[in-house]
Amino acid sequence: MDITELTVHELQEKLKNKELTIKEITEAYINRINEKEKDVQAFVTELTDEAKKSAEEIQSKVENGEITGEFAGIPIGIKDNICTKGIKTTCSSRMLENFVSPYDATVMEKINNENMIDLGKLNMDEFAMGGSTEYSYFHPTRNPWNLNKVPGGSSGGSAAAVASNMVPWALGSDTGGSIREPASFCGVVGLKPTYGLVSRYGLVAFASSLDQIGPITKDVRDAAMLLNIIAGHDKKDTTSSDRPKVDYTKALKNDVKGLKIGVPKEFFGEGINEEVKEQLQKAIETYKELGAEVEEFSLDIAQYALATYYIIACAEASSNLGRFDGIRYTYRTKEFKSLKEIYKKSRSEGFGPEVKRRIILGTYVLSSGYYDAYYKKAQQVRTLVMNEFNKGFEKYDVILTPTSPTVAFDIGSKSNNPLEMYLADICTVSVNIAGLPGISIPCGVDKEGMPVGMQLIGNKFCEETILNAAYTFEQKIKFRENHKPEFKR
Amino acid sequence: MSRDNYEVIIGLEVHAELSTKTKIFCSCPTEFGAAPNTHVCPICMAMPGTLPVLNEKVVEYAVKAGLATNCEISRDSKNDRKNYFYPDLPKAYQISQFDKPLCEHGYVEIDTDEGKKRIGLTRIHIEEDAGKLNHDDFGGGSLVDLNRAGVPLIEIVSEPDIRSSEEAEKYLRKLKSILEYIEVSDCKMQEGSLRADVNVSVRKKGDTKFGTRTETKNMNSFKSITREIEYEIDRQIDIIEDGGEVEQETLRWDDVSGKTFPMRNKEDAEDYRYFPEPDLVAIKLSEEYIENIKKSLPELPESRKQRYLEEYKLSEKDANIITSSKYLSDLFEGATKICNNPKAVNNWIISDISRILNETEMEPIEIPFDSKQLAKLVMLIDKGTISSSIAKKVLVEMFEHPRDPEDIIDEKGWVQISDEGAIKDVVLKVLEANPQSVADYKGGKDKALGYLVGQAMKETRGKANPQMLNKMFLEELKK
Repeated sequence: MDITELTVHELQEKLKNKELTIKEITEAYINRINEKEKDVQAFVTELTDEAKKSAEEIQSKVENGEITGEFAGIPIGIKDNICTKGIKTTCSSRMLENFVSPYDATVMEKINNENMIDLGKLNMDEFAMGGSTEYSYFHPTRNPWNLNKVPGGSSGGSAAAVASNMVPWALGSDTGGSIREPASFCGVVGLKPTYGLVSRYGLVAFASSLDQIGPITKDVRDAAMLLNIIAGHDKKDTTSSDRPKVDYTKALKNDVKGLKIGVPKEFFGEGINEEVKEQLQKAIETYKELGAEVEEFSLDIAQYALATYYIIACAEASSNLGRFDGIRYTYRTKEFKSLKEIYKKSRSEGFGPEVKRRIILGTYVLSSGYYDAYYKKAQQVRTLVMNEFNKGFEKYDVILTPTSPTVAFDIGSKSNNPLEMYLADICTVSVNIAGLPGISIPCGVDKEGMPVGMQLIGNKFCEETILNAAYTFEQKIKFRENHKPEFKR
Repeated sequence: MSRDNYEVIIGLEVHAELSTKTKIFCSCPTEFGAAPNTHVCPICMAMPGTLPVLNEKVVEYAVKAGLATNCEISRDSKNDRKNYFYPDLPKAYQISQFDKPLCEHGYVEIDTDEGKKRIGLTRIHIEEDAGKLNHDDFGGGSLVDLNRAGVPLIEIVSEPDIRSSEEAEKYLRKLKSILEYIEVSDCKMQEGSLRADVNVSVRKKGDTKFGTRTETKNMNSFKSITREIEYEIDRQIDIIEDGGEVEQETLRWDDVSGKTFPMRNKEDAEDYRYFPEPDLVAIKLSEEYIENIKKSLPELPESRKQRYLEEYKLSEKDANIITSSKYLSDLFEGATKICNNPKAVNNWIISDISRILNETEMEPIEIPFDSKQLAKLVMLIDKGTISSSIAKKVLVEMFEHPRDPEDIIDEKGWVQISDEGAIKDVVLKVLEANPQSVADYKGGKDKALGYLVGQAMKETRGKANPQMLNKMFLEELKK
């Protein structure tokens, strides 16, 4: 048995039956990291020594009956923009290369309360800006299916670590597709929850009105379990919802009979790769076979979502990233003659090109004289996007689209063409704009064997619906049993 | 220069620190004077990933201020970000309010020589204070103290309704007294908890268009505000009279030279890139909430004044002075309730206490004794235990080394001599020592009696009961 092949619910089963110990599980993952990390480069900070120690502690505590809990001793990986007390949180930026957070993010408190074991901080595009993890200050991460391809981004480290079995599951964050796109490229499951379902406290902000933390997992059941842990109201985040907690695993009924699925034709038009379309068509047929009612419809407004997204996200980012100013905990330039120079040089040297590009764009759209034409207009379009989705959900339970217009692309093929990189977000951004939940699950592979992701979008706080739809599909096609990453070179 | 040909237009933006226990977006204390960076947490230090949570007391206090200044209260308000870089602003944006302030369209009434005048309030909004930069005496650089970062403020913006430095001072005093009465700010100007940006422009009388204005930042004393306005009026008129044009500038007042200096000019004016704060939800206020705050408002200066005129028969002038400060007014009412002598308490406050405050540049809030102690002082005179001239000395002592007046009198041995035998001894002694005055009095010079009484007072170091002295001298002189 390869321990690292197992899902978390399988690990739980084996722990319960005493087929495995916490120490054995952690050691298996450490060995796997030692074997695969040199190829995949998913980590910014490995915590293998610390993990070994906590595995011993937790195991003895469990044996003594000091702690119980179904997740005690389960390892996890954390995207490096989620603050971890006493451990570096770099956002894969030179700016925060040596930043050690003095506090834990709310999701980390929850993870720690479960006595889970943090295997490390995972690579990402700098400050979560990008779709390939090539914009990490430290190093790009490689796709476990083909090491010459990107893992997607910005949570590329999280998705690649899960896909290569270096962690059983991971936390990512999603502002415009940063969980779903890498999940799709790496053939794993990624869920972006409804805006407000998971506390953002301790997530280094990129775009406050769009950011959400979510799970990246091997299968849908694990996604539901991790969501159970991290969801819930937080007094420290006033934008978090105070809805009562639900057990998302209870929604996994393996039944979609009568489920109404809408397929927006705009998401299958120009720019969508033919092989992706083909796999999605097959998925639609599968849903029909399973008894769902699938219908095509028009989500016309979606064509404006990308522009709207880049205006709002960059505007908020330009303000959110102001605190990285060279004064306190950030990188500071070595030589300066004035305050202005501290700012200019620290920020010029501390931020990478994509971050600078977005700060400049965001500063521009908020400037007096341009605010109405860009930011205000974008907010108006945002309302229209929400309204269109609301109309869609009057008719459908789930909206089905590709997660990304293409499969994973070659490293270096888009990193010098920002616009093309932005277009990769075209299927995912409208979900953030509207604050909806979206899940990406693998639905097939292309001719080269690269995974294709399918996105299921639900109405606000209807995670249960999309989780069940995804689960039922997963049970039918058994993607993990038929396809495995091969670390092709 | 012909100042009479010009009209002066003044508007004030007043920042008042609210006296909530905790900061506006975190639970750090707001207390003044702590060691640098001890009242801080990840939120007010703007650590990555932190989020603000709006302190509901801040909204309540701001609504109180709005209601007490006749504002309309917005049912649907929000926070906005004001973006700029400065080391005392750790987030690089200040959470403030832009287009939907909590309170709008209010006014404050001031008394002028031509009667009552309304100064319009454009708006009152809530925002966070910034930290403070301290010059490092050792390293030569600047050090950032974030204790004040996140202390709640209200900004009260007046309409350009003020026409002179006197009016500006009256308006500011009135505003200060209202904020003190409703207990939303302690308004300690030296500690910077009340400060004003002063906008001044001038125009030729008859002109309908406003002149170009200048804004002088962060003024925190009545005296310097008055001086600054006077200086700025002269400066602007001089420029215009010389055929020049006033530049729109942000100025800094230097109290030592008594001049204003430019901080930055229009060309590099900041673009604050305001936009709605996405980390906070909209502020929605119910009718019931506003109604409850309205009901909880204490009696305001204007209505206290009316009551003093009727109930205690104070003069309009005295009632104005006493109600101008909540602390004076509380002192007056508290002492009067105990000693039942409003006239005497009023006199003490209007004359001696006000004089000492003036001389020592103290604010009423800093008076070191309470109404009970003032009442005791009045009662000691009423009972004849001390003379009023001794009482004045007791009051000075109460300011300098605050304690009960009885204790002061005991320690100093200032109890009035009302013992007939003792008084008689003094009188006889004085009469014997001053035969000339005795002769003068008997020769018809009534003034001589005053001299003799004065000598007796001197002899007893002011402690003799003056009425008894008078009586006894008359009796002896008749003999």
